[in-house]
Amino acid sequence: MLRCNKYIFAESLEEAYELNQKKNNVIIGGNGWLRLRKRQWGTVIDISRLGLDKIEEDAEQFRIGAMVCLSDIEKHKGLNAYTHNALKESLKHIVGTQFRNCVTVGGSIYGRFGFSDVLSIFIVMDSYAELYKGGIVPMYEFAKMPYDRDILVSIIVKKKPLHIAYSSFRNQSTDFPVLTCAVAVGENKITTAIGARPSRADIRTDSTEALKDIEKYASDTAKSFDYQSNMRASAEYREHIAEVLIKRTLEKTEVPYGN
Amino acid sequence: MEIKLWINDKLITDNVEPDMPMLEFLREKGFYSVKRGCETSNCGLCTVWLEGKPVLSCTVPLMRADGKHITTLEGLQKEAAEFGAFLADEGADQCGFCNPGFIMNVLAMERDIDDPTDEEIKEYLSGNLCRCTGYTGQFRAVKKYLAHKRGVNKNE
Repeated sequence: MLRCNKYIFAESLEEAYELNQKKNNVIIGGNGWLRLRKRQWGTVIDISRLGLDKIEEDAEQFRIGAMVCLSDIEKHKGLNAYTHNALKESLKHIVGTQFRNCVTVGGSIYGRFGFSDVLSIFIVMDSYAELYKGGIVPMYEFAKMPYDRDILVSIIVKKKPLHIAYSSFRNQSTDFPVLTCAVAVGENKITTAIGARPSRADIRTDSTEALKDIEKYASDTAKSFDYQSNMRASAEYREHIAEVLIKRTLEKTEVPYGN
Repeated sequence: MEIKLWINDKLITDNVEPDMPMLEFLREKGFYSVKRGCETSNCGLCTVWLEGKPVLSCTVPLMRADGKHITTLEGLQKEAAEFGAFLADEGADQCGFCNPGFIMNVLAMERDIDDPTDEEIKEYLSGNLCRCTGYTGQFRAVKKYLAHKRGVNKNE
């Protein structure tokens, strides 16, 4: 349960940033994860009144405010068209409609949770984390960064022509994934992300030449990641599943291969 | 902290703790349809609408509802009773503890999706857990209720 001494609606990003410099304070997203932590916070900083709950689209990019809830992304026609519904596929298994109406993309991405479906798909796209002080950082770099006291303002997705697909494997529907896999193919490159290893999602990038032998690509790429065991699956099981998921996800992209 | 919100269109002002969950507040105010289930954002028992969208009241901090409208099952009595009759006809409830949250989400789905497919129904309601029934009866009830509503709407 969320425990705090004060709850403040920030009136500006600067105010939120200043408040957030104190280690006992925290910025709240959708409270899906924060509430499960056993900690008494000093001040909970709410940035939900700063207009960060909008998805803006132009000819070159999408700009998704940090406070946009997952269900709004799931229903966004432009994002679904651009990702061939891969983004929707990545989100629809996360707990349920009510949960996705609560939790925010900013909370999911800033948290860089190992189990995150959200991070796994954004990391293969030409996407960026827009930080209040830290500027615009490529998502694959942001995924590796340590936690700091900056604020994630938005997620930017460039409309690079890509074939994108997503798969996840769960022991039980709506549970955390055992493994996640996202693939993006375009501009002679293939980018594959594996998440829930159970550590943070990471990527491998190769030339599309590698797709001449999809079985080998799936096997080599799966082996190139490291895996650990937890209550959901062993490291060996994850590695085995990874090979299958990579192959299936590649097939979903409908990119011709094997020629 | 001072809070002002509307529950089932009734204005309520109060002084509350800054970390109070919406669920606690609603039950304190006598809205006992809002059930305390898993309290880990998984089961859907505590579903209410915030500005018309179904949310988990165990998860939403009460302060975030400041200035907003909350709807509970008590505010949808007529519709709830109508769908509840379909649940009863299909033998779709046993203990009934999950019913209020389930009904809230079915009524939200009815507003959210026109003529949902079987897959859309299952996806929309996947966050409502029931440990008694195995969902088959509930699924039949939802299908028959939606078909009934389509018939009613066509005749209007």
